[in-house]
Order: sequence, then C-alpha cells, then structure tokens
Amino acid sequence: MPAYKAPLRDFDFVLNELIKVQDIIPALPGYEEATQDIFTSYLEAAAQFCESELAPLNRQADEEGCQFDPSTKAVTTPPGFKEAYKQYCELGFPALDCDPTYGGQGMPKSLAFPVMEMQCSSNVAWSMYPGLSHGAYAAIHAHGTPEQKATYLPRLVDGSWTGTMCLTEPHCGTDLGLLKTRAEPNGDGSYSITGTKIFISAGEHDMSDNIIHLVLARLPDAPKDVKGISLFIVPKYHADGSRNPVACGSLEHKMGIKANATAVINLDGAKGYLIGEANKGLSCMFTMMNAARLGCGMQGLGIGEASFQGALAYARERLQMRALTGAKCPDKAADPIIVHPDVRRMLLTQKAYTEAGRALTALLALQLDIEDKHPDAAARQDAADLVALLTPVAKAFMTDNGYEAANMGMQVFGGHGFIREWGMEQLVRDCRISQIYEGTNGIQAIDLLGRKVLLDQGQKLRKFTKQIHQFCQANEGNDKLAEYIAPLARLMKDVGEVTMGIGMASLQNKDEAGAAATDYLRLIGHLSYAWLWARMAEVAHASLGQGDDAFYQAKIATGRFYMAKLFPEVHTLLARIKGGAAPLMALDEEHFAF
Amino acid sequence: MKVLVAVKRVVDYNVKVRVKADGSDVDVANVKMSMNPFDEIAVEEAVRLKEAGKATEIVVVSMGVKQCEETLRTALAMGADRAILVETDTELQPLAVAKLLKAVADKEQPQLLIVGKQAIDDDANQTGQMAAALLGWAQGTFASKVDVAAETVDVTREIDGGLETVKLRLPAVVTADLRLNEPRFIKLPNIMAAKKKPLEKTSPADLGVDVTPRLKTLKVAEPAKRSAGIKVANAAELVAKLKNDAKVL
Repeated sequence: MPAYKAPLRDFDFVLNELIKVQDIIPALPGYEEATQDIFTSYLEAAAQFCESELAPLNRQADEEGCQFDPSTKAVTTPPGFKEAYKQYCELGFPALDCDPTYGGQGMPKSLAFPVMEMQCSSNVAWSMYPGLSHGAYAAIHAHGTPEQKATYLPRLVDGSWTGTMCLTEPHCGTDLGLLKTRAEPNGDGSYSITGTKIFISAGEHDMSDNIIHLVLARLPDAPKDVKGISLFIVPKYHADGSRNPVACGSLEHKMGIKANATAVINLDGAKGYLIGEANKGLSCMFTMMNAARLGCGMQGLGIGEASFQGALAYARERLQMRALTGAKCPDKAADPIIVHPDVRRMLLTQKAYTEAGRALTALLALQLDIEDKHPDAAARQDAADLVALLTPVAKAFMTDNGYEAANMGMQVFGGHGFIREWGMEQLVRDCRISQIYEGTNGIQAIDLLGRKVLLDQGQKLRKFTKQIHQFCQANEGNDKLAEYIAPLARLMKDVGEVTMGIGMASLQNKDEAGAAATDYLRLIGHLSYAWLWARMAEVAHASLGQGDDAFYQAKIATGRFYMAKLFPEVHTLLARIKGGAAPLMALDEEHFAF
Repeated sequence: MKVLVAVKRVVDYNVKVRVKADGSDVDVANVKMSMNPFDEIAVEEAVRLKEAGKATEIVVVSMGVKQCEETLRTALAMGADRAILVETDTELQPLAVAKLLKAVADKEQPQLLIVGKQAIDDDANQTGQMAAALLGWAQGTFASKVDVAAETVDVTREIDGGLETVKLRLPAVVTADLRLNEPRFIKLPNIMAAKKKPLEKTSPADLGVDVTPRLKTLKVAEPAKRSAGIKVANAAELVAKLKNDAKVL
C-alpha cells in the first residue's frame, strides 16, 4: 500500500495564497476564532491521524470487508475500524464544523473540507461512517424541532451515535418519486414505518452506540410523485434502550469500498418521527445535498492524490529501460521509469487534476461558509449561486478525473498495479462508486445544464464567467499568463455560444439538452480548472525568489502541462456538443442489439 | 509538584535537510519546523504525571526565535498549563540553553525538570546534563521509565548493557528517551484552549544570561555519497582487499 503523506504544503498554498480564506473567514460572524494558526494546527492534527491511524487500515480492510451475521442481524466492521473511530471521536473530529450549541467546535467548511480530503485519501471506506453521520447531523440541525435537536445532535456531534440517509429502494434510485416505504400515524405523534431501503452506506455496524436513520417515506394521504415524500428520524434503539424494528437484511458485495457496510435496511413497523414538514421530505434532504455532493467529489480528489503519491514513489524507484535520449542513471541497471515521457504524462495528469480539484474544493467551501454566515444578503446569494452552479461540476468532474487518475496510477505500476497487495487497484475500485452515487454523473450533468444554466437563462453562469472575464481583463498583456488568458477568453466565447445553441435547440427538442449535458459539464469543468490554474500560476510567478522556488516552479510547470495536454479536450467536447442529439436518437431501440 | 519541561523547535523529522550553498549551515528557510520528538515525549511524561495526580502544574519553556511560540502552543495543547518563551535570535548552544534553564528553574522552583535526551537537529545530547550540573540537581538521563515518589524519583535508564534504575532525590533533571512513552494525538478542542493559556515572554538579558556562542561552526557539508561496491570472487580475495586496499586488517 502506498504510504500516504497529507499534502499540507499544498493546503497552505491553496487556502492561504490562492483562495486567501483568511481575508474572509475570521471576519464572518461565528468564525472569529478560525485564524490561520488554528487552521494550521487542525490540519496538522488531522494529517497525523489520517497518516498514522486511517491509512494503515485501508488495505487489510479491503480484503476482509464487513461481516454480516444473519442470526443477530449484526455487522462487524474490519479490524481496527472501531478503535480508529473511537479515537476519532475522542480527538473531537466529528464536532469539527458542528454548532457549538450542541457541543461542536464551530469551525468553517473551509477547514472541514481539507480534513475530509485527507480521510478520503487515507481510507475512503472508513471515512463514510462519519461522513454519513455528518449528513444526518446537518439534516436534523436544519429541520429538526428543538426537542429533536436536543435529543440527537449532541450524540451525533460527539460521535457516540452515527447516522445514515435512507433514500434508495429496490425499484427507485434516481427517481425518488417511485418511492413506496409507508409511514402510518400511531396517534401519539410518532409513525410506524414499513418498507425496504437498499444501498444504505454505513447502514449497520459496530462502531457506535446507536444509529439514527433518516428515512424517506410516504404518509397515507400523500400526493403521488416527489411531492408526497416525508422525512423521518428512525433510531436503531429507542430512548429506553429497546430495539426498534429497523434492521439490516444483508450486505451488498461490491466492487470497492468493501469496508463500508452497504446495507439492505428492512423497516417492519419501525417507530419514526417526522422531521420537517409533511410531504416536504425531499427538499429537507436536498438542503444538505450540495455539501454531500461536494463531499463525494472530494472522494475523487482524495483518491487521485493517494494514487498519485503511490505512482510517483514507484516511478522514481522502478528501474526499467533507458531514457530515449540516453541513460540518465548509468551507474544503475536501468533508468527509473519517471524518465519516460509517457510515465510523466500519467503522473502529471494525476497531479494537474488533483491540484486544480483541491483549489476548486477550497473555493466552493469558502462559498458555503459565506452562504452560511455572511451578514450581507447579496453576498450570501452570490455565494449560493456559485455553489449551486459548480456543485454538479465539482461532483462529476472531480470523480471522473479522480477515477482517471487512479487508473493511471495503477498503469504506472505496470503488472504490479494489477496485484492487490500494492493497493493501487483498490484505489481504482474504491473510486468507481463516486461517479455513481449521490446522483450519477449523468444526473449531475443534467442538473448543471438543465436546472442550473438553462432554467435561469444563464444568470448563475454569467455571474461565474464575469469573474473569469475580470481576471482575463486584469491580466491582459501579462506575458507570464499569456498561455492561459488567450485560451480562456476563447473558451468563454465558445461556452457562451454553445450554451445559447443548446438552449435554442432544446426549445424545439428537449433531447438536445440531454445529449449535450455530459460534454457540457466537462467543458465547464475545464473552464473552471483553466481559470484556477491561471490564478495558481499568477500566485506562483509572484512568489518566485522568496525562498521556496522549487514549489512554485512545480506549480508553473504543472499549470503549463494542464493547458498544453489536458485543456485541449475542450475542442473535442465542443465538437461533440455541436454533433447534437440526432446521432444518439437515430438508432431504433429494436436495432441496438444488431 | 511543579514540573518544568523544555521544548525545542527543530526541522521536522520528515524533512530531508539541505546544506546552504555557502556551506555555512543547514538551510531552514521555508522548511517545516516542529517540536523535537524527544521533547514531545518529555511533555507527554509530564502530562501523564499530572493525570496520575503526581504533578500539579506543568510549565513548558522554549528558547529561540519568535516562532517557538507555535511549539509552545503545541505543548499547551498536549496538556501543559502555561508557557515561557525566552526570545532571542542568537544561535543557542547547549551551555547557553542550560544556563537559561537554570535561570528559569531558579524562578519557577520546579521539583522536576524534564527535557528530551537530545534534539534531532544537532544531536548534542548535552543540555540536560549541563542543566543538572549548573542547578546542582541529580540527573536521570535516557529515561525509559519514570516513577515519582514523595521526595524521590526512580528513573530507569537505557544504557549500553540494558537497563539501569537510579533513585534520585528531588528536585531532579530527567532526560527522555524514545521508549519512555508514546506521545498522544492532540484533541482538536485543546488547540483552541491552548491559545487561551498564559504564555510569558522573556529574554536572555531579562534572565541575566550571556548566550553568546562559545563554539564556531567552521563548515557544514553533506555526507560523502557512497560509491558502488564491488564483488569479490572468494574469501581469499576479500581478505586481500581488506588488507591491501581498505587497510582495515
């Protein structure tokens, strides 16, 4: 297994030099204490925990997976998971960005997100247990009654209880309108819930005293479709310690994240409590969807980083063949494979995507903090718009790139990458689900193009591109950034044109938007990354000569690689978008099989 | 019982150090710095003594540049009660540090002074011993076990032949070895709490100590690169080479 070292220098660069969170965060009401020294100490503490406690468990946990005992319905997590979670709670990690009213430390997302990235790099399957709990915390915090908050939040914040999100059923994943689980009123304010939920991450395990399931279900008189779904709190154990009939039916056997218990959850008249308004359950769930989707994007980011670290170490050690331009290490039997252009292509692809993804994550985390705490309503709205627009991009672009990065990392290892004990193929398998859950990447693309761009006639998009315009204008004639500015300006023009084109075409034929969506999302992804790489290059150039040149030169070179070798994908994407819906829809369904 | 612990800010143990181009010193610009690992063990031992009800107060002291404050905050987050920074930009050598420690100990009157057995930057392994001599206190160096009683402390020392236990009369100096304990992870809420704990600043002049270096660094160089080995055909050739070429036999 590749040894993981948290990229603390790059966090420092992104947070303090690029996004400059310290200009904004401590000025937000409630975040006064989140100063740079606090960020540094927290990140170091998290790095230490992830490197020395989580990462070493990852490989073996993949081999052993979770064990389900049908007679007791109990799930046992892999060795070390429970102990690591106990330590995680004792160190105060679950409370990091939670409300101080309920025992939280009240830290911003800008700090919580890098911590999450480190967890994803070191042990993504483990990270999902506290990750799902945090989702349950956020839902109850946003929509719970004062009594519900007092009952559940302190235990979720200290980590002694964990949470889940029970949405999916056997016949409905993406389309929750088809949901069947029933909730019958008991007459005492509580409900009796019956149904089967599947794919419930962290659905049953041995790490906490209680599990608080957040369950979507229908009331007897509920309207059809998504307008008739309500959200319920269903605890595994009641307050008196008795068992609620909400139990694990089995565990799925999966391609990756094997150490996370993906459970079938059977509710047999389980007692539940309505949270939020009746029939408004889906919108309750969606309040935390942006954060959850960004969290999912971070799995792609974190795994890409882990794979990069493994591949880099291997490429510098593995001696095979001579450099095409002549031996670089004549005293050795062969040159390390990092001399070869194709190996460098793979390493740099990993590095360029990972570093830009980290920058995008930090940018969006800061917007979430502004959206949450800024005293000015207009500033909150701007931040919310940017989060809404770029969340599907971050989710899909970062997980697709993360998967590509993990795959390349495995390729760098050659045959050894295919052998389990090296840990590189596990990263590929673990990453694969991130492209599927929290809304498949296809759904993210439709969300971006349909809901976020076309629905408001491009208002949010223009708010975003305005920032890029301003950056390009401010740097016109800046020779050092010339390689970014011209392509960025060109892409802005192209994006404007294709957005308009798709909008017009979809008025005639809705399939046009559906056909363009996936390519369109990658296009906006590259627009974001090119802008962020230009800004990173700007900072790097300005920081040369201050004693850390090697770091900044690496940034400049990686940005240059991105623009020369990855960014040109936009030409293909533009051409594909222009290809329209016809080539996809022309083939008769009956003829697909020929 | 009051415990005084000294901590040093050093280049992080993960960093591969580089020598400055002019050979004057190791380059520490933009290099990650952290607490000397042996001093971390010293702080941990003090915190355990407090948790065991044997120590009542832990004072942590560091000497050097302003940034040593970060190192002291780490010690406070681990569980020390208050901190003292003896601030100076002058290069501090073991004797100067020992004198400063004596001055601080004279003021604070601790029963126990715990320091790391050595710092991982210069590996001097002198400060604890010198401080004990200047204070006129007993010393238990290379400690792998510390057992504090009312007026004495039993220190198990790691020595060449194995282990040796000495009984010292308090006050005493203990220097921490690697096996004394495993330092804890810092709890996140303690990071914030550490910011609010008292940190007093003073200077060598305030303490009346002359810290002018007594030793001069002539040159700093990287160790010579190891050249590739050779294969010998048999034992006879090996012996011949050891005798004639290496001249070690």
